[in-house]
Amino acid sequence: MDVRAPRDEPTALEGAPTVNLTLRIWRQRGPEDRGAMVTYDLPDVSPDMSFLEMLDVLNERLILEGEDPVAFDHDCREGICGACGVVINGQAHGPRDRTTTCQLHMRSFNDGDVIDVEPWRAGAFPVVRDLVVDRSSFDRIIGAGGYISVVTGSAPEAHSTPVPKPVADAAFDNATCIGCGACVAACPNGSSMLFTSAKVTHLNLLPQGAPERETRVRNMVEAMDAEGFGGCTNTGECTVACPKGIPLTSIGNLNREYLRAVTRR
Amino acid sequence: MPETTSLGSGGGSYWTVGDDIVDTAAPDGPIETRWDRRKFAAKLVNPANRRRHTVIVVGTGLAGGAAGATLAEQGYKVIQFCFQDSPRRAHSIAAQGGINAAKNYRNDGDSVYRLFYDTVKGGDFRARESNVYRLAQISTQIIDQCVAQGVPFAREYSGLLDTRSFGGVQVQRTFYARGQTGQQLLIGAYQALSRQIDAGGVEIHPRTEMLDLIVIDGRARGIVARDLVTGKITPYLADAVVLATGGYGNVFFLSTNAKGSNTTATWRAHRRGALFANPCYTQIHPTCIPRSGEYQGKLTLMSESLRNDGRIWVPKQKGDTRSPDQIPEAERDYYLERIYPAFGNLVPRDIASRAAKYQCDDGRGVGPGGLGVYLDFADAIKRMGEDKVREKYGNLFEMYERITGEDPYKVPMRIYPAVHYTMGGLWVDYDLQSSIPGMFVIGEANFSDHGANRLGASALMQGLADGYFVLPPMIGNYIASTKLGSVSLDDPTVTSVVGEVTGRLGRLLEINGDRTPDSFHRELGELIWDECGMGRTEAGLRKALARIPELREEFWRRVKVPGDSGELNQSLEKANRIADFLEFGELLCIDALHRAESCGGHFREESQTPDGEALRDDERFAYAAAWEYTGGAPVLHREPLQFDYVHLAQRNYS
Repeated sequence: MDVRAPRDEPTALEGAPTVNLTLRIWRQRGPEDRGAMVTYDLPDVSPDMSFLEMLDVLNERLILEGEDPVAFDHDCREGICGACGVVINGQAHGPRDRTTTCQLHMRSFNDGDVIDVEPWRAGAFPVVRDLVVDRSSFDRIIGAGGYISVVTGSAPEAHSTPVPKPVADAAFDNATCIGCGACVAACPNGSSMLFTSAKVTHLNLLPQGAPERETRVRNMVEAMDAEGFGGCTNTGECTVACPKGIPLTSIGNLNREYLRAVTRR
Repeated sequence: MPETTSLGSGGGSYWTVGDDIVDTAAPDGPIETRWDRRKFAAKLVNPANRRRHTVIVVGTGLAGGAAGATLAEQGYKVIQFCFQDSPRRAHSIAAQGGINAAKNYRNDGDSVYRLFYDTVKGGDFRARESNVYRLAQISTQIIDQCVAQGVPFAREYSGLLDTRSFGGVQVQRTFYARGQTGQQLLIGAYQALSRQIDAGGVEIHPRTEMLDLIVIDGRARGIVARDLVTGKITPYLADAVVLATGGYGNVFFLSTNAKGSNTTATWRAHRRGALFANPCYTQIHPTCIPRSGEYQGKLTLMSESLRNDGRIWVPKQKGDTRSPDQIPEAERDYYLERIYPAFGNLVPRDIASRAAKYQCDDGRGVGPGGLGVYLDFADAIKRMGEDKVREKYGNLFEMYERITGEDPYKVPMRIYPAVHYTMGGLWVDYDLQSSIPGMFVIGEANFSDHGANRLGASALMQGLADGYFVLPPMIGNYIASTKLGSVSLDDPTVTSVVGEVTGRLGRLLEINGDRTPDSFHRELGELIWDECGMGRTEAGLRKALARIPELREEFWRRVKVPGDSGELNQSLEKANRIADFLEFGELLCIDALHRAESCGGHFREESQTPDGEALRDDERFAYAAAWEYTGGAPVLHREPLQFDYVHLAQRNYS
């Protein structure tokens, strides 16, 4: 490890001890390029920085050095929009449980660490540039059936259909999916079963979702297959990587719903 | 009357005054029936004819997503845009606390009239009564719609919907889905939109950013947008254009807005003739996580709902550095409960924010730099147990812990105010139409319903009211009552707007200076936070107004944007948005300077009561300030506000 010059400007309001890191980041100019890991030294990283703020600091430096900054998706930086997500040392969203990349803070790393940063890798998520991938396949799965058809204005009074609290809570747990794609990135098969199962479970549990229960699951599963996602072999990596903790039991539920739908056809 | 104001050194003036706005398209007569009468008077488009009409919708948040889905359901051809990679990521998703509706399920005295009254009062009497009443009326339908879509609102054991209270209000009318209400409502709208995309009713363009508006023969007829992946610049034409592009809070650089949130669409429309109203009404949210370092690029909000059970305090002694558990009860000042006993910790946002600022300015702040106050859950945990607290606020507590490394079940949270929402926006009439015919503005992007301060849980209500229920019939009315000539992509206006957009991006890339885009954004944001943030003075605003043009000049001389325009280039996207913030910031300060009163989120230190509360000047300022772009000093058009139902009074929450 190099001994680095003291920093010119403080990066933390209180002199928290900083760490020196080596980043190896996947750089790929476009979908057709080969891409490669490129190494960057990043000294004096505050433990209070988020992972993306750390990349911001690197990018500010790269711009001034006349290099292209690292492209990565991000927006809310509150762990809810689902835009961000990179593979950090082989783990989707990095080492912390139930934490998106934007909410991962550098206190999870130690001085001298070498950190590999790669995009989601899956056939159905082609790389756009550097760490940015195309996840529009997820949108098409939702479009195939991940909704309840209710024309604006046609809804009955909200209290006309009580929903038992345990059902509502279970639906909610599945509805928390942020569509980040970590489940696909973590899966050795590049499967989107966890993503699809979360939506099917959310909507099929609710009485409002019942009329379209069978068409929903059939159409969503067909769309998922058409997009080129892999099959599920119950490795369970998806639920470990999921920042919202969507449980593996949702996949079981998806299978049950699918079986029920196809046998009733 | 605030007429023209002289610039200290260079002569000239900051603004001039034009004609008042007299027609807002709102019907008069009894407020309860205005919306019904407006809808009845509106012209209709035959269902079979709707598919021949194209509507552009920019943005896919609550307002845009709801509008796109609903217009497509009705049969219009919708072309929709978002700069994010998916319509599901719009920043409405980050709203935490809830959505208001006058359902009165609690039987606690709520009504449409009370929601209307609370919103006008909470907005410090600077909103249009007709619009607010309509919003309150529609609120109940929104809940019905969302429940039918499968939005998993919190429920009681009876299976019925649960509600909670929010700031500035004494009834429990806020529906919520844990601390993720915005996410759940947005996903509902996104699913409805996705259904229409799949059905071919909506042509969606994700990762595509509107960079300019096309106005032909005085009417909005399209936009020019850039595909952020290929860099291709394309004009899109339509019969009407809807902007649902959110607020301008990121002019402060540090805010709770998403990093991509920007004012380019609204500012470019303003430059093309749309009036911009009340930009100085910005909301500083009281419960955000304090910043931790210079590198910080974004602030995180902790839902206001936390103020239901958390108690806000600071040490009584200045500069007390003891850890909070070492400070005995008698040495703590629960200042909101002390000063405002009726509302306590649930005073409106502007009041809670300023109170925190005073405590910190006075040396009683806690945490790094003394820029924080405690939000303490010890009593709540004692009262209802940790499990109940976890059920109500678990995800917020987890988020706090991830960011700060501190456990709020054991140590009080530290919070500090941060820019959160902007009440100002493009001026719209009662139909949500801007001053450019054919361009409609919905959600946070318009100025319509919140006056000078928005109450908690009202943004989601307004976004969805606009998108699902108000805009669609008004679009129909516009199309049915307007004879639109055909326009083609060869139109000289189209070519010239495309040329301007392309030229501007080219110029940004050619500068090749020595400062990053973010460095300018940060500098602009700090200046505006200091001089046009929680407290504003004439001297400070003049200082900012002198500095912003210099900074803008420096930007166009020294910014360094790597790469080129024919590829995914996030630095170019950013620089282009910052260029607009550098123009918009000036209008923000001019509006704040001209409004020599305090109201809601706009606090002019020269105008306060002896207790330090905002002091309005209704004689001079009971109007919405709508600004016209000229390229030089903007022209002020006043829309006088009439209060026929709510009695103008000094707000009092004590």
